[in-house]
Amino acid sequence: MQPPTPAPSRRRLSLDWLGIAPFVAFVALFLILPTMNIVLGAFRTPAGDYTLANVRGLFTPSIMASYWISIKISLASAILGCLIGFSVAAAIVLGGLPKWIRSPMLTFSGVASNFAGVPLAFAFLATLGPVGLVTVFLRTQFGLDLRMMGFSILSFWGLTITYLFFQIPLMILIITPALDGLKREWREAAAILGATGFQYWRMVAFPILFPSILGTLALLFANSFGAVATAIALTGSSLSIVPILLFAQIRGDVLGDPHLGYALAFGMIVITGVANGLYIWLRARSERWLK
Amino acid sequence: MTRIGAWIALAFGLGYFALPLIGMTEFSLKMRRGVYSFDAYAKVLADPRFQETFGYSVFMALMTIAFGVLLVVPTAYWVRLKLPRARPFVEFVTLLPLVIPAIVIVFGYIRMFNTSSFLPLTGTATGTNLLLMFGYATLSLPYMYRAVDTGLRTIDVATLTEAAQSLGAGWTVIIARVILPNVLVAVLSGAFVTFAIVMGEFTMAALLNRPAFGPYMQLLGANRAYEPAALAVIAFAITWACMGLIQLVTRFSKHTKAAR
Repeated sequence: MQPPTPAPSRRRLSLDWLGIAPFVAFVALFLILPTMNIVLGAFRTPAGDYTLANVRGLFTPSIMASYWISIKISLASAILGCLIGFSVAAAIVLGGLPKWIRSPMLTFSGVASNFAGVPLAFAFLATLGPVGLVTVFLRTQFGLDLRMMGFSILSFWGLTITYLFFQIPLMILIITPALDGLKREWREAAAILGATGFQYWRMVAFPILFPSILGTLALLFANSFGAVATAIALTGSSLSIVPILLFAQIRGDVLGDPHLGYALAFGMIVITGVANGLYIWLRARSERWLK
Repeated sequence: MTRIGAWIALAFGLGYFALPLIGMTEFSLKMRRGVYSFDAYAKVLADPRFQETFGYSVFMALMTIAFGVLLVVPTAYWVRLKLPRARPFVEFVTLLPLVIPAIVIVFGYIRMFNTSSFLPLTGTATGTNLLLMFGYATLSLPYMYRAVDTGLRTIDVATLTEAAQSLGAGWTVIIARVILPNVLVAVLSGAFVTFAIVMGEFTMAALLNRPAFGPYMQLLGANRAYEPAALAVIAFAITWACMGLIQLVTRFSKHTKAAR
């Protein structure tokens, strides 16, 4: 039996859309419009006219330097995260390790990839900071002074090493299913045709995995590019990466021009947008093989 | 040879994860000179600011979860039942918070909901709290929607709906008493992720000037030596508990299904 609203079919169609109206309203008000607001602000003068001056204002040496160091840190942590994460995932899936290692390792990766932000910075300060566990251990046991060697946790490499703590587990989480998708028949077929292990990897497995790896690289890049809290808690404002600059700009207009702030935010959207677009496109490509 | 390489890779990964955790734990115990003690924890837990901000964030997390469930469950259900054509669109939108950095979203909030706008939410404390909750709900949307949608995939939405309707149930009853109990495990997984996100979130709360746990941790980190490490241990325990609970509910539900 039907409830007492047997509406004609044409009205039913319009009523169906009403079902997701609250969702659409929420997303429009608290996700799309605020973002559009920033994007439009980047192309407007304070008086409301359209202009490209704000975006052009980004191409000053100090702001370009911020973008450049942000991009370098994100790239370094994404590439290293991919390499190390892939090695660990390959070790778990294909390395012939005991089966029981896999499940705890994946659970732990789930936790570690979510352990970001302020506490992560504290953990690394307590480990690699001036009086951290590893720093002190190396100094007292081996006479190695990390600071004398030019390492500081408040630097490019310090931030990269810290970001790797959530980048590696994320890579493990994403690439493990892809490695599972490598069929044993492919390796056997390659072996029957006389391929060595290296040839199998170079000519069969790697080309299949390549889109997944490259896609995850793009995702990891965007992931660290937008990270604010870890950087602020770790370095204060001593390392002028884009998120920190934008944070300071929102707090107190350090650039002296609100619209330059919008342009700065717009630049961030463009970079993370391109990286994620790449991820989605490459993922669609890789799913053709891995079913 | 591959096995040796595999062990080396695993050992490297484990070392990388373990060292910072050991480092922060060891450091948090070193407040008293010469001996290990829980002084740093006692100091943190006794700090009234800790209690205030922690309580505030727990409250905000629970409100965000409640709001998120109310928003996501009916939407995901409705999309599966009536609007399958809208699915790619809805899925794309729910993934956007992963693309747009949180700092940009909150920047937009500050500009759009300021005191001279059409919806002056930042004018009052309650309004700002509400705005922050919406922000948290936005940040957790990708995880919440994915979780609920995966849960809905495992049940026959159309048949359940027709069965409920033929027994005279209205939409509210169907969603609250038929659909929700069936996807409860998925909803709980989404809720725990949301909880972990809100408890650690810094950017939005700091820029909206709300007394949340994240900004408190950052402030303490800038001024103290040992207490931050204790906070990091506490925060890690929260994250670990949330993820552990997800595993537990999922396993528990598999168990009950197998027993039937």
